[in-house]
Amino acid sequence: MIEVHDVWYSYDEVVALRGVSLKIQPGEVVAIMGENGAGKTTLIKHFNGLLKPDKGYVKVFGVDTRNASVAELSRRVGLVFQNPDHQLFAETVEDEVAFALKNFGFPKEVIERRVKWALKLLDLWELRDQSPFALSGGERKRVAIASILSYDPDVIVFDEPTVGQDYAQKERLAQLIKLLRSQLKTIIVVTHDVEFVAENFPRVVLMSEGRVIADGNTRRILTSPELLKKARLTPPQITQVAWELSDFSVPRDLMWVSEARDAILRVLGVRGR
Amino acid sequence: MPIIELRRVTYTYPGSNKPAIRNVDLVIEPGEYVVITGPSGCGKTTLCRCLNGLIPHFYGGELEGEVYVSGMSVKSTPTSKLAQIVGMVFQDPESQLFLLTVEREVAFGPENLGLPRGEVRARVEEALNLVGIAHLRDRSPHELSGGEQQKVAIAACLSMKPKILVLDEPTANLDPESALHVLSLLSDLKNRLGVTIVLVEHRLEAVAPSADRVIVMDKGEVILDGAPREVLSKQVVEAIGIGVPKVVKLYNELRKYGVDFKFIPLSPSEVRKAILEVMRSDRSS
Repeated sequence: MIEVHDVWYSYDEVVALRGVSLKIQPGEVVAIMGENGAGKTTLIKHFNGLLKPDKGYVKVFGVDTRNASVAELSRRVGLVFQNPDHQLFAETVEDEVAFALKNFGFPKEVIERRVKWALKLLDLWELRDQSPFALSGGERKRVAIASILSYDPDVIVFDEPTVGQDYAQKERLAQLIKLLRSQLKTIIVVTHDVEFVAENFPRVVLMSEGRVIADGNTRRILTSPELLKKARLTPPQITQVAWELSDFSVPRDLMWVSEARDAILRVLGVRGR
Repeated sequence: MPIIELRRVTYTYPGSNKPAIRNVDLVIEPGEYVVITGPSGCGKTTLCRCLNGLIPHFYGGELEGEVYVSGMSVKSTPTSKLAQIVGMVFQDPESQLFLLTVEREVAFGPENLGLPRGEVRARVEEALNLVGIAHLRDRSPHELSGGEQQKVAIAACLSMKPKILVLDEPTANLDPESALHVLSLLSDLKNRLGVTIVLVEHRLEAVAPSADRVIVMDKGEVILDGAPREVLSKQVVEAIGIGVPKVVKLYNELRKYGVDFKFIPLSPSEVRKAILEVMRSDRSS
């Protein structure tokens, strides 16, 4: 449903994308990772037509983004920015969340129902009459998410949703992604957070210097010393444990606590319950 | 004598009807590296602001109890004097840097103290070298990466020769590699300068191995305070929504199967050490 073919893009003199190709199917949950300046945010801005390729093409639901407006594309691809302040502008939380629905011309009852649903989902119902700017950073981020989810796009793209969030908020975000996944939404997340990805994402697209350097199974990518080094990422902590224990023939591609536990029980000759 | 002491401190921001921190008692000794953690809105930032006098001198509000920094009562000491003892680094370095070059930025504090030129120059050199940014001295702080900017902010504090560095989530907006650089710089500074460090941080897996103490706050109160190993193994830590390092989770899991490490590991290499010890004691028994 999203097809990126040999896309090049430059900001003035700086080449941000150098021939990126990628396919994302309906219902997929994908993490885009890589160091700062790798081209991640530039890439996702192509998904709703905010940026158009200098060379190559991007097709969203079969439509070339060069032949569609941002408004049309946004109806199906919702983008949640890293900094919520780039997105928020209405006087109340409720107006903010209703804005896109009104713009897309939904009937009043539908708007009311969807706004209520999104506000409750993101734990914002009590704050609905407040100004978005009176809220904390974490709350504003949730308003930005609610204002996208309310109009029910097929694809939801999050740019760095875990930055500046505490652990409990990250857990809530992981729950939200699971919920959206169960509704067969396509979810694309740009993030640096290896632990968050190891726990929640089956597929990783790894970028470096404007190119995709790896695309596939999360375990294969996040436990590869060469790939991690190229993308300047640290391995998940459990993977580091596995590497510490490789002389006890513990597999080097562990990512989860339960896997490390079972491997160590084996090393120590303890039988599981 | 403690370098920081809080006695029954309760603080309420102006216009608020609920205290942001409540009944906080805290004693920090010189040279300690203390990590403060807790869910958003738990009062960590407010606590930091009490240490350099931003509370009450800048924010106003109602401060009950006593805050002593290096023996001085914060309530009755002007912030200009506290600034020579407590260096403060914030989450967003951009908001803190405002001069044209890195060197000017780092010289700003000591120049304002009215120190002789030679002394200012010596302090700037020392601070730039300690932080490892001497090569950036002529650059504009605004064209640096986030990690480099945080290092400039830290150097700008160090040139004041503070006894205490307070850092409020300095890595929150950094990519993982830059965050690790900044954090390893902190433990290096503690070892080399003996400066007291108070760090607010969520990423406990990165800081727990080098910290002397972890303080957990929740709803404005200090609920746990102790060595990282003790604090992180407490069940309540996970219950209030704090990210326990995966190696500590692994330790807890293994205990359910009767594997009892002699100590709670804080890093992957400590897991290895703990396993080797279990093997050794198995063999000798």
